[in-house]
Amino acid sequence: MTISNSNSPIARREALQDRLEQLTRMIEIRFVEDRIQKLFAEGHIRGSTHLASGQEAVSVGIARSIDPDDIVTCTYRGHGHALALGVTPEGVIGEICGRVIGCAGGLGGSMHLVEPEVGLLPTAAIIGAGLPIACGAAMAARARGKDRVAVSIFGDGSANIGAFHESLNFAAIRKLPVVFVCENNLYGEYTRIELSTPVEDIAVRAASYNMPGVIVDGQDVDKVAEAMGVAVARARRGEGPTLIEMKTYRYSGHSRSDPATYRPAGELDAWLKRDPIDILADRLVSESILAPGGLDQLKAETRDAVERATGQVLDSAAPDLGEILSHVSASSAGGDQRWHFWP
Amino acid sequence: MAKIWIRQAVLKALDDAMTDDPSVIVMGEDVAVAGGPFKVTEGLLASHGPERVIDTPISEMAFMGAAVGAAVCGLKPVVEMMFIEFIGVALDQLTTQAATMRYLSRGRLTTPLVVRASAGAGQGFGCQHSQMLDHWFRGTPGLKVAVTSNARTTYGLLRSAIEDPDPVVILEPRVLYAEREEYEFDRDYRIPLGQAEIARPGTDVTLVTCGAMRRVALAAAEASSANVEVIDLLTLWPWDRKTVMESVARTGRLVTLEEAPAGSGWGGDVVSSIAVEAFGKLKAAPHRITLPDAPVPYSGALEARFLPSPAYVAEQVAALVSTNKPPLPWWRNAA
Ligand SMILES: Cc1ncc(C[n+]2csc(CCOP(=O)(O)OP(=O)(O)O)c2C)c(N)n1
Repeated sequence: MTISNSNSPIARREALQDRLEQLTRMIEIRFVEDRIQKLFAEGHIRGSTHLASGQEAVSVGIARSIDPDDIVTCTYRGHGHALALGVTPEGVIGEICGRVIGCAGGLGGSMHLVEPEVGLLPTAAIIGAGLPIACGAAMAARARGKDRVAVSIFGDGSANIGAFHESLNFAAIRKLPVVFVCENNLYGEYTRIELSTPVEDIAVRAASYNMPGVIVDGQDVDKVAEAMGVAVARARRGEGPTLIEMKTYRYSGHSRSDPATYRPAGELDAWLKRDPIDILADRLVSESILAPGGLDQLKAETRDAVERATGQVLDSAAPDLGEILSHVSASSAGGDQRWHFWP
Repeated sequence: MAKIWIRQAVLKALDDAMTDDPSVIVMGEDVAVAGGPFKVTEGLLASHGPERVIDTPISEMAFMGAAVGAAVCGLKPVVEMMFIEFIGVALDQLTTQAATMRYLSRGRLTTPLVVRASAGAGQGFGCQHSQMLDHWFRGTPGLKVAVTSNARTTYGLLRSAIEDPDPVVILEPRVLYAEREEYEFDRDYRIPLGQAEIARPGTDVTLVTCGAMRRVALAAAEASSANVEVIDLLTLWPWDRKTVMESVARTGRLVTLEEAPAGSGWGGDVVSSIAVEAFGKLKAAPHRITLPDAPVPYSGALEARFLPSPAYVAEQVAALVSTNKPPLPWWRNAA
């Protein structure tokens, strides 16, 4: 259904205006991540990988609220964001498996997903790296007379790094069209937020920089989209940045080697009761967009589609050795000499 | 002799240093309660308490700078940077503040701090988590830089670094953490900073290396028809000119093997020093085996090619010894 006939990043992105597609995409993100976990166990994936199961509503809510030529910076926990923004499952799974079919041709890996076509800059493995870059993207948009915004996605732990404070300050004094999105999933690696951060809500920090600080139920895709819509409109009107804190939860540990034994008993179960996929599915049923029982069918179809994408990835080649020296600078092998983002 | 994980050598060195000297503290992200992202600080919190084993927020600039302040005022902080790239967001505090403290105080202030971090490629972590970056630190007067290569050198170097009055960066090749090795701890064992060791004697060529490349060099030497002397540099700054010079005087040939980009690795300094100071002793031009000047690729086959393998090193060394001409690196042959 929806997934299979929209396989270019732009088409996938545009399809997100459809309610059912929003639900399908969230299911897709969940299943792609499940499959990634399995691919890891099967030995197809190297290094590390950071799942975001449970955070799907944030990804889809952001993606549906911005245009494909808006810019997004994001962290290593970016599988869901990439898929929501339009990167295909083959592009994401392929990158994580290091194949040419991957969105960075297998050169980047799990922490470095990218798709310029839909505004996604390479996701960064260094905490806080994306915030100043988003400020610069917003400056460029304004300098070039474009009505575009930059969105920077980062975690609660990242709000303690210098780049967070410097970027909020910088964006605020220049009234840059940036939306800072903090995904507060309560943990930074193995450390609970209370042990690293003296405030419960990251959003209160917006006050120091004289910008709106908004707290959103990150499990509800419509609430995410609504808050994003307000912030994006404000940015486009030239009124400056907003800090939005999405309250959410990662179901898994920090990375593949982390069983998350530090979580208090019952916490995961409580969050599972407010699963973002179920919340939207129930709403679509009540809106008569989804037939009762339709979720199961959607899941089955999506699972098949993800399985097909995985098959395509496993059939795809590893990059040629010559790729090692490609794209290092404009004079390297690899062709495209582009020097800016927006034509 | 007991077989230990190499990461246990880090833990033992930290634990012993903290027991011997109450001014030693350990700080970094997840080092205390969680026992360390690489499990190299497991149990330290229980034995030394939260005032000395300190979990920090993700605020490298703050805790790196705090370590500088603490060091200059009498503590001996050991800062864990987890992956060496994370120092990037705190570089000022280390390279511009700590490294100049002694100089700017005309020798009246000292900054006895250690930054330890995992470093290097080979495990599929992608380009932002796979660099050695020793050249960043080696380019900063006032910093010492060492690289560990097995359990014994880890223990010996780390103990020396903690006792050193100046800031020291210790890089631990993370491919080694998961390895086991026979090693009996000796609390008094130290490897003085600035002292290299001959890991394998030989007569035809001096192969200077460090870190994870030590194993590669030794394997290459075993496989080689030439009689290769392998020197593990251990400290990259200041480096042991004497040991290298004496070796080259015996073998007449110098090859450096680095996990660093060709354009900026330590081998450039070693090669130029030997070329200048021992030109008359050389039977062949010195040769450097390095990484290409490109980011570390993620894909497995590419990363394996990117890093020098024993076979490649053996081939390069053999080519030098048999022709007395340095061979081209693989990427220039390919082009
Ligand atoms: C500068 C820097 N310091 C440390 C790390 C190691 N690290 C990776 S993820 C992480 C925790 C991040 O937590 P948070 O910002 O809350 O994001 P989440 O993983 O929860 O999405 C840390 C400390 C890093 N990647 N970069």
